[in-house]
Amino acid sequence: MPPMADERTAVAARLRSGARSVWAAVAERFHGEALFRLIRDYAIVVSFAALFIGLAVASDVFLTKTNLLNLLEQNAPLGIIALALTFVLITGEFDLSVGAIAMLTGVLAATWVDALGVWPALLVAVLCAVGMGVVNGVLVAYAKVNSFVCTLATSLIIAGASLAITKGFIRTVADPSFTDLGLDELMGVKYSIWLFIVAAVLTGLVLARSKFGRWLYAVGGNPEAARLSGINLGGVRVAAFAISGLAAGIAGAILASRTGQGQAGDGISISLFAFAAVVVGGTSVLGGRGSAWRTIFGVLFLGLIANGFNLIGIEPIYQQIVQGAIILLAVAADSLSRQR
Amino acid sequence: MHATDEPAHDPTPPLGAGPTPPLGAGPTNRAGPVAGAAPAYVESRGIGKRYGGVAALSDVSVGVRRGEIHGLCGENGAGKSTLGKIIAGAVRPDSGELLVEGRPVDYGSPRDAIRDGITMISQELALVPQLSVLDNVFLGREHGSAGLLDRRRARRRYHEIAERIGLAIDPIAEVGELRRAHQQQVEIVRALARDAELIVMDEPTAALGRPDVDRLHGIIRNLRAEGVTIIYVSHLLADLLETCDSVTVLKDGRFVKTSSAAEETVDSLVTSMLGRKLEQQFPEPVPVPAGAPTVLRVRGLTRPGHFEGVSLELRAGEIVGLAGLVGAGRTEIARAIFGADPSEGVVEIDGARYTRRRPARSIRRGLALLPESRKDEGLVMMRSLRENVAMAHLDEVVRAGFVRSTHERRVVDEVLASVDTRAASISMPVSELSGGNQQKVALAKWLFRRPRVLLADEPTRGVDVGAKRAIYRLIHGLAADGVGVLFISSELEELLGLAHRTLVVRQGRIVDEISREQADEESIMRAAFGATDAEEHEHAPDGR
Repeated sequence: MPPMADERTAVAARLRSGARSVWAAVAERFHGEALFRLIRDYAIVVSFAALFIGLAVASDVFLTKTNLLNLLEQNAPLGIIALALTFVLITGEFDLSVGAIAMLTGVLAATWVDALGVWPALLVAVLCAVGMGVVNGVLVAYAKVNSFVCTLATSLIIAGASLAITKGFIRTVADPSFTDLGLDELMGVKYSIWLFIVAAVLTGLVLARSKFGRWLYAVGGNPEAARLSGINLGGVRVAAFAISGLAAGIAGAILASRTGQGQAGDGISISLFAFAAVVVGGTSVLGGRGSAWRTIFGVLFLGLIANGFNLIGIEPIYQQIVQGAIILLAVAADSLSRQR
Repeated sequence: MHATDEPAHDPTPPLGAGPTPPLGAGPTNRAGPVAGAAPAYVESRGIGKRYGGVAALSDVSVGVRRGEIHGLCGENGAGKSTLGKIIAGAVRPDSGELLVEGRPVDYGSPRDAIRDGITMISQELALVPQLSVLDNVFLGREHGSAGLLDRRRARRRYHEIAERIGLAIDPIAEVGELRRAHQQQVEIVRALARDAELIVMDEPTAALGRPDVDRLHGIIRNLRAEGVTIIYVSHLLADLLETCDSVTVLKDGRFVKTSSAAEETVDSLVTSMLGRKLEQQFPEPVPVPAGAPTVLRVRGLTRPGHFEGVSLELRAGEIVGLAGLVGAGRTEIARAIFGADPSEGVVEIDGARYTRRRPARSIRRGLALLPESRKDEGLVMMRSLRENVAMAHLDEVVRAGFVRSTHERRVVDEVLASVDTRAASISMPVSELSGGNQQKVALAKWLFRRPRVLLADEPTRGVDVGAKRAIYRLIHGLAADGVGVLFISSELEELLGLAHRTLVVRQGRIVDEISREQADEESIMRAAFGATDAEEHEHAPDGR
């Protein structure tokens, strides 16, 4: 056995025995129901840690600064969207249009750069994204359209609009400063990562500590009880969708800026991956439960899988199968835990 | 089919109050119902059923003879529906036994009961609204072979059944498009298509207008003529007496008597529902101070189809009871005052006119609504005690949009202590508390800031005796502190024990006001059942 591999197995063995003793201590303190709840509540943390340690052991490149920053940067736009989607899911609704809004935001920004200048163009495009979120919210909250169907329909319209604007061509921006947002760094860390961090902190604060956060959980947990407590159901729902639109806009701006071009598309894979990240984190699809840290772990966990597959050199084809299986596992676990 | 050639005991004569010999020979208080020669078709022996800590039925023995229409009546919560469900296999008794034709049976599901020819038509529709009448009738019993439906045969059979009992509903109509009365008739046909020999009907007239009630009674009599046995569960005593051969009265989950309907009147039935209450401890009432201001005044409040022309006044420190049967409109009145549902009419709080009623505006004006169902309307079960208690008054603990955590914790602790709820942690989900503690949390939510008016809708429903007593003390204490309380309850002794005066609601109107001095169970129940003027007997106008 080569010494390197030997060392690795030794590390793995030490980790295993360490994990066992931690587990024994935990199991002793929490038995039965409490233990079950602990596992259910922190499954994502355990899975993330296991995968992280596993990759650190299995790959030499994984624990390098470049790789980790790369991992964060790749997942920053998705993470921003997933954080906002957490608001929507907590209210018991769903937003399938985030991908399409992100794509259109990029197209709009690329289109308006010449007329408005780089930063104003990005800003106005993001404001348009907020407007699209508000429209979704109004349709869901006041016209009582099922949110899944509503956002599926609006995402078709939005994707169609971006196609109509670009006429199917990629819109490349000549101004080199258009790529600042996507490619420039602050203290060695890309702007997009900073934006992800800011979004994470804000989401965490708002959900856990603010009045609006309380409203979100109440509306998603029991709309009638929330209404009888004087909470404006419609307002809360519209606000959640507006936040979702804002995040989609920011993510779209980052994506367009990274490549220096706007491209039409329905962004459906963005929507689905963001949704998957939220759900894998343990936020309930039925509303009333969820938190920012869960979504952060969910995003990073899915990101780790992709990163790990690349590093270890497994065919990316199998990635989707694994990711799909994990999403199923997460949702099934949530559903089973409710039946207990 | 089964019933046409029923040999043993001749089916009772077709129409009118049945001259069948009363079971157990007349109004007797003895529990053993089968005294005569004819053996009971279905008999319950010492049946008991508990839900949580509450006994829905205890030691109930009732016999039903083949071919009769047997009424089951009692107040709200007397256990009549539960007994019906046990007979039809929808609920399993905890104790006692059920005998069908003298043979003990143990039904695990309605499917077991239908094998013995017993089925139930409940208040909630049990049809598939998107399917046709014909498909509903034969659902799960499709005619045909090799997976192909024999629609012609099904249709022939449908017409055969419908004709026998005098129904004419188009078999290809979609069930969801039919009126409630017709849907009910489809359920009857379906029961017969499954060879039902005994049909339990739970409050069959509750959602029907007068003409439909008469038609239903005609159908029921036709069923009897066909030899089908009917158990007719209802709190509408006049309806029962009009159709039934014999009537069983239940009271607090106990058997009172079975007697011939011909020998009973609405009055006599109400009388037999009285009395035999367990003594409850109620705090000594504090008289309302002479100069106490009127905190709530309601004039001509109307919500079409629910209640009409409701006027009431509530003074600071006064507890006003709102009595009536389930569905009389009590809950709807409270919700309308609070602005949870739209209504017309005048509401004044502290003498100031209150228009554009909405929950948020009501809360600002000092109204509080403790809703009927804590699980569906009162609490967000999956969230913490802390979030639930603070939910309606977040502004009190929020600065610049963010919750002041320690301040909130302190206030929540105080409020929970005041309702005597001790929980391991105020961060645990409400769902993990007992029913009594959940109800106290639902009440605590409205004590965050002292309300002017508390609208308490069945505040002690489904809680144990200890929690009940605690809730009585709390409501009493609030009133003593000057809060006006509108107290809705189906438990008469609560109203008698707590309320300064009681308003009785019947079919959407306040029909009586009874002062504490005059109040007894009988006066309230007579007013609630409309026993004093049974002729009038109105039904909800639009069959809601």
